[in-house]
Formats: sequence, C-alpha cells, structure tokens
Amino acid sequence: MKHGRPNRRQLLQMGAAVGGSLLAGQKALALETDPRKLGQPLGPYGERSSFEKAVRWTRESKTPETGSSFTPLHDSVGILTPSSLHYERHHSGIPTIDPAKHRLVVHGLVDRPLSLSMAEIRRLPSLTRILVLECGGNSGGEWGATTGTDVQRSYGLVSGSEWTGVPLSLLLAEAGVQPRASWVIAEGADACRMMRSIPLAKAMENSLLAYGQNGEAMRPAQGYPLRLINPGWEGNTNVKWLHSLKLTDQPYMARDETSKYSDLMPDGKARIFTYAMEAKSVITFPSGGQTLPTRGLYELTGLAWSGRGRIERVEVTTNGGRTWVKAELQEPRLPIALTRFRLAWRFDGQDTIIASRAIDETGYVQPTRAALIAVRGTNSNYHYNGIKFWNVRADGRVTNVEG
Amino acid sequence: MWKVSAILLAAAATLSAQSPRYGVGRPPTPEEIRELRSAIAPDGTGLPEGTGTVAAGRELFAAQCARCHGPTGEGDVGARLVGGQGTLRTPRPLKTVGSFWPYATTLWDYINRAMPFDRPGLLEPPEVYAAVAYVLNLNGIIEENGVMDATSLPKVKMPNRDGFVADPRPDVR
Repeated sequence: MKHGRPNRRQLLQMGAAVGGSLLAGQKALALETDPRKLGQPLGPYGERSSFEKAVRWTRESKTPETGSSFTPLHDSVGILTPSSLHYERHHSGIPTIDPAKHRLVVHGLVDRPLSLSMAEIRRLPSLTRILVLECGGNSGGEWGATTGTDVQRSYGLVSGSEWTGVPLSLLLAEAGVQPRASWVIAEGADACRMMRSIPLAKAMENSLLAYGQNGEAMRPAQGYPLRLINPGWEGNTNVKWLHSLKLTDQPYMARDETSKYSDLMPDGKARIFTYAMEAKSVITFPSGGQTLPTRGLYELTGLAWSGRGRIERVEVTTNGGRTWVKAELQEPRLPIALTRFRLAWRFDGQDTIIASRAIDETGYVQPTRAALIAVRGTNSNYHYNGIKFWNVRADGRVTNVEG
Repeated sequence: MWKVSAILLAAAATLSAQSPRYGVGRPPTPEEIRELRSAIAPDGTGLPEGTGTVAAGRELFAAQCARCHGPTGEGDVGARLVGGQGTLRTPRPLKTVGSFWPYATTLWDYINRAMPFDRPGLLEPPEVYAAVAYVLNLNGIIEENGVMDATSLPKVKMPNRDGFVADPRPDVR
C-alpha cells in the first residue's frame, strides 16, 4: 500500500489474503470511501453494496447436494426476489450445463417427436410473467409443536420472479399431441433426473418453458438453461434443467409425487397430486428476531400470494386478533404473484400480537393453524398456509408465538 | 396489447395442431432417447429386459446401498426403507417403501434414476431388479425366492396401494 489508505479492491484482496476471514473481510468492506476521492470505476457485471448483508439461510443437510435454502423475506422490499436470493431446493446438486449442448426432447404420444436446441426454443414467441414460486414444503415446520422463530426460516421457501419463456402449449402443438395423451412426464437433467407427472390440461393452460429470470438468463440454481414453470403449483413441479417431456396416457407415480409431496391425513390416507399453493401471507416487518428501536410510527409490511389468482384483500391485526383492518395493497397486484401489503402502525410500547390474513380472488380466506390442523392433522408436511402470529414485546423485541 | 397477441398466438398454435407452425427441432436421435432415464409407468410400461433375485439383491445392497441405508434398510444418511406398516394413522407415522409407497414400479424407477446417491445411473437393469427384489423382501412383500422382471414387478401389490386419495382442497374454511 504505497499510496496510503487502501482502496476497496485492495481491501478485497487483503481479505482474500487472510484466508477469507469473514469478520475481517466484512469490517474492511464496510469502510466508506473518502468523499473527496474518486470512487470505483465501472464494471461489466454489477454487485450489491458491501454494506448489504441479506443472505439465504441454508438448512443443515447430511448431504449438501440435497437441501433447501431460504429467501431472507425480512430484508425484502417490493414484489421481486433478486435471483441471487431466490430460494433453492435441490435433490442431487446443481448441474453445470452448457446451453449450446442442451436439448429438450419432446416424445411419447406425439405425432412428431422433437429434439430442440436452446437457440430454437428462444426463436419461438415468448411470454413474460411475474409469478410467485413456493416450495410445497414451505412453512412445513409450522405443523409441528414449535413454530418458526423468524420469517426466513419459517416462510422463506417462497420467492417472486419475472419469468420469460415459451408457452408449453405452443411447443406441444408443434409436436402434435395425440388424442390418447393426458399427462406430461417432465424430467430434469440433474444427477437424479428429478421427474414429475403434469396433467396435460395444466400444460395447455399456462405452463411455461422458461429460460429468463428477472431480465437475464436464469441462474444455474434455478434450472439454467431451461425450467418448467407451472404457475401457482408447488415448486417441485417446476422441473429445473428440463430436458425431457414425455406425453403419456397416465401419471407415472414418481417417487416425488407418491413418497414425497403427498399429504398424509389423520385417517392414514395420503392426498396425491396436491399441486395448488393456496392463499397465504406473512408480516415481514416487524417479524421474529427483529427489534423495534423506539416507540412511534412504523410501516408494518408483508407479502401475500395465492396460487389460485390475485390477492383481493389482506387484513392485519395489531391487537391479537380482536380487530382486523384492511392493509394497503401495493400495485401492480398480479395473479399468482407476490403482493406487498402495508399498514401504518404506531407501536406504543405495549406487548401485543400482530398477524396478517390473505383473501384471494376466489374468496378463499387464509385459515388459522388450528383450522388447518382440525382438518388435516399434523402429519401432512406440505401445503401449510396458516396465519403467522408475531409477538411484539413491550421492549420492542419481536418473537414467534406458539400454537 | 402484448398479452393479447400472446394469447392469439397460443390459440392459433392450438388450432393448427395438425401441422407444425414454426418448424423448429428435428426428430430425436436414438442416443438422445437413451440418454434420458427410461421413465417407468405403474403398469410397467418402460421396464427393460432383465431379471433380479432377492439373493442377488442382498449382495448388491451390501455393496452399493447399505452404507447409506443401513445393512438391512433401517436407514442412516439415506432414508429408512423398511417397517412402519400400520403406523400411518398414528401420531408418529413411519413412511417407508413397505408402509407407504403405492407402486413397486416407482421403486424400480427411482433406484434406476437416482441411486446410488453419489453415482446415479450406475446400476444395470438386472441389478435394479435385484435391488428392488431385496427391498421388497425386507418388507415382507415378496418371498425369499422371489424374482423380479418386467412381468412380475408391475403385479406386486404394495400394502399401501389403496392409500392415496385425490386432492379435495379447498378443504379448510
């Protein structure tokens, strides 16, 4: 450092030189630049401010190639999730795929079996939609006796993106679906060749062969170079690294639609093909783990979504459920997309319970945990969409509420 | 405007289903089809030739499966594969191949596509049949002298075959 104070790039190198000591690195990165000196030059691919620390939380897994990472909803603004913070759920790691070599094969009960390159897929008329994507197992921990302590761990397997791709119906017409076909078996090119059976009716209605996410090619962790998007349906059906679509006359009863992603009821029967994600909402601020520094006015905010359409209304209670008031909904309010709600709220230093409940355009009202359990018991694992209560303590600390 | 034109395009594509509109793609090569894992239907469609016995499966399991699933499928890093029959209605249901999986073809399909965890696709069809035979035998579903092939496997009646129902949601108001 012969020119006195090191610049940020030098500090980065120093950070790397000390063996990636995270704490030291963060301290160094958080130094402000001298306003009288020149800042950093332009770069080819952007990065966020070194002061920003929002990261995914990864659940511990005995095999790191199979696991989940959770979006930091408490740090989110607006209705889009940065691709870098989109939740992940992988079953055998993230494959590295060269798009120049990747092909999608459409076969089975079609008149013209097709093998398509990515370049050919990108030549077809495209569609762009902002959509919510939620893991079927999101908030699954809430079925248990102990509810999640913060919004990321308990509700973070949900994210919002703008997806760009080709309507699957268009490609199926190109291949010529035979009258006998009623299902599409979608297979990914990951090591375990994850597979799901999708009803042909869904494929014809609004499934998308997506290659774009938030204005650029989707991230490898999201299925690069091609993934199936089934709007409103559980994340697992949105097969990543898509390389095969087989038209059949029956569902194939894949492991991930029988053993997994089926919902066990108290009578011992399991619901199968439980695709839709029902209306749900959660307050992201103030939420578990956060602390309100002072009494006074705050903007309470959160996210609502429904796999069945638009969010019509979100109601918020700030007094433990005695009264519910309508929250303001941020436009645009898109079908099957994250919808941001807001409410001006004065924290007066009294211990209180806050919560939100979503109502979608079908009239469906987000239920309580107790109502869900009364019907489904506590062993169904998937599709939990109960109302999430937070306790704002008198000292401003926010915690989860049991039961 | 944009949305409308997309809908019209989709509609037009549906109407002209009999002939390709864009002319993209080519017929897949046999290699490309082979590269995909053969998906197996519950009626056995897609099952290849080959035969596997319980005895061969026991040997294969010890070599390829036991390090994750335990010597007799009791589970470790990998899922538990045995037991749990009669527990699905209890507060602590144990969902295994034996107690929960509705079709034996799914076991073949999943082992073939995803196992062993760190080397999926390693096993040849006779080895997959053998592994399936052994796991079914561990669960008391087939006899010690049982043989699995494309004919016998789809005929196996899993204990929880009738344990699945359609999605009735919205079910909570």
